[in-house]
Amino acid sequence: MVETQDANALTAYNIQDKDPIVKYREIKKAFGDTEVLKGIDFDLYPGERVAIIGPSGSGKTTMARLLMTLEKPTSGTIEVDGRYLWHKEVKGQLVPADEKHLHEVRGDIGMVFQHFNLFPHMTILKNCTEAPVKALGLSKKEAEERAKEMLDKVGMLEKAKDYPASLSGGQQQRVAIARALVMRPKVMLFDEPTSALDPETVGEVLQVIKDIAKQGDMAMMLITHEMSFAHEVADRICFFDEGIIQEQGPPSQVFTQPKTERLQEFLKRFHMNGSS
Amino acid sequence: MISIDVYSIVLPLLLEGAMVTLQLLVICGILSFLMSFIGGFSRLSGIAPVRWVSGLIIEFIRGTSLLVQLFWLVFALPLLGVNIAPGLAAIIGLSLNYGAYGSEIVRSSIQAIPKGQTEAGIALNMTPIQRMRSIILPQAFRIMLPSFGNLMIELLKGTALVSLALTSDMTEKMMQMRNTVGHDTQLLSLLLIAYFIVGYAVTLLFRWLERKFSAGRV
Amino acid sequence: MSVWDWEFTFADVLPQLLQVIHVTIGATIGAFAFALVGGLILALGRRSQKKWISWPTYGFIEFVRTTPPLVQLYFIFFVFPDLFGVALPAIVAGILGLGIHYSTYLSEVYRAGIESVPQGQWEAATALNFSPVQKWKSIILPQAIRPVVPVMGNYLIVLFKETPLLAAISVGELLGTAQSIGSSTFRYLEPITLVGLFFLLMSYPASLMIKRLELRLDLNRK
Repeated sequence: MVETQDANALTAYNIQDKDPIVKYREIKKAFGDTEVLKGIDFDLYPGERVAIIGPSGSGKTTMARLLMTLEKPTSGTIEVDGRYLWHKEVKGQLVPADEKHLHEVRGDIGMVFQHFNLFPHMTILKNCTEAPVKALGLSKKEAEERAKEMLDKVGMLEKAKDYPASLSGGQQQRVAIARALVMRPKVMLFDEPTSALDPETVGEVLQVIKDIAKQGDMAMMLITHEMSFAHEVADRICFFDEGIIQEQGPPSQVFTQPKTERLQEFLKRFHMNGSS
Repeated sequence: MISIDVYSIVLPLLLEGAMVTLQLLVICGILSFLMSFIGGFSRLSGIAPVRWVSGLIIEFIRGTSLLVQLFWLVFALPLLGVNIAPGLAAIIGLSLNYGAYGSEIVRSSIQAIPKGQTEAGIALNMTPIQRMRSIILPQAFRIMLPSFGNLMIELLKGTALVSLALTSDMTEKMMQMRNTVGHDTQLLSLLLIAYFIVGYAVTLLFRWLERKFSAGRV
Repeated sequence: MSVWDWEFTFADVLPQLLQVIHVTIGATIGAFAFALVGGLILALGRRSQKKWISWPTYGFIEFVRTTPPLVQLYFIFFVFPDLFGVALPAIVAGILGLGIHYSTYLSEVYRAGIESVPQGQWEAATALNFSPVQKWKSIILPQAIRPVVPVMGNYLIVLFKETPLLAAISVGELLGTAQSIGSSTFRYLEPITLVGLFFLLMSYPASLMIKRLELRLDLNRK
């Protein structure tokens, strides 16, 4: 019970007696000689919204990419809803996971990319139905109903028949969000969703993410440089620097009373130095 | 000028040879297209030995000259106790050669698709085969088409080489005529024009395909 | 008699082939030099503002690119004497034929290079009041050619592998010599295999060198 109390102190979210849906344990990741993650322990609770902030190159994006199975950890384990992600249990031993196992576990995870990564050769609607039909085995009709519902939610339904190239960056990102939502993941990763956007379209995308955050019971991991957005949406702020979590806590605490010098320095750049 | 009765002798022979040339073009075109995909996918295989062996074969075929290969199949192979008809040797030689070049087209086009496309496919939990079929290949195919068009023109020109290796194609027929009726200028001009007509048709076909495969997109 | 006769290979075939290597290499260099100049002329002709220059140039390039070099060789070898009254030596006809064919390829390479020169460079040349010839010679071409050197290198290798064609107009290069050894001894296996290996040994290392050159040029530009 001690652990739960600690966890409750870190977040504004009401964890109650829930078990974490995602658990990182001693996760390390190196690219060649460069170690980008130096031992991460991190829990995410169902429905909780965590914003991950920190300077570029601090390992934030890698943290999300490991969970999406886009990169493989050098050591350590990740659990998703009680199952190991990168390992399989065979006779009580942990062995590296194969593609089949990854396919089973990562169905709980969804991701929105910095550069949208829409499929340019498919219409907006097809972008949102291809995976539900292929990966979830939905009928075309079911998939289209779900897709239209989500496109409506992000305000892109009237563009359903268009191709991605005819949309603005902000519109493309809204479609990418709808595409990820159609899969109904339990955990959604946002990897700097507004960094590649023109300033005038940032707002519409942030608004869509806020709306989703309000209604869903979906856990969210938001990697972002938009501090006021993080403050408003997140239950917990996680500050990354030099490959480790330097400091975390509820936004009210992290933004107003940063404990570490590094975080204080970092927030100054955004004119959020605690005193204001 | 070439007289009417000479045309009446030459044209049927030219058409007869043209049928052989067209057959070679179609058969070897299809075979080298298939081999391009087999070779291209092997070069990108996750299994290292498959990559090495396919790379070795492709570089070997590309490194030894096509005409030398045709001569080898027609004149040297029988001495090893393997007798294949010259026409079959021509098909094998041309298909292997242009298939090897085509493998590089397939490989480089697939590699040209941005990594983010694969990652989006993974994030949507599609299997590797689903990702290849519905995300990567449709995009890569559009990149391949113009190169395949050029490859088919190269193949068409390559078919003329079989005339030197005992296959009676359009070129061989005309060179035969040269020996009997003369009129070098007219015969060879006619032959060049015949090739240009076929080649231009191939070019138009591929332009049409490119338009077809880019329909509806910006 | 064994399938492969080593003594025949080393005592008869190899010496005879070595004697004609210079023909293959000479034809390659000659034809490529021709193509380098011819390609530039065709590229400039295609860019010409005068339609009576640019259209026929375009037609010529398309026609030559679409028809087989073998038939073009025959045309030059057999028809030129009829038209101009001079019989060309086979090797000259061969160099001319391959040279013309590859100049159409190289014209495309030059064109890509010229189009890659940024607009600002043209404007700067005009602003500095260079004459058209000076502009091309000292501003545009040096920048246009540098990035396409590896592509040209690749065409050199392709051209090299096309030289066995010259056997068809009885140039005594490698393949022709191999064939005549074959027809006089009835042993084709050793000579033709050796010729194939020779092309492999020359062209594969050359293509690796060009790949390295490509990387170097690429890095230097960044």
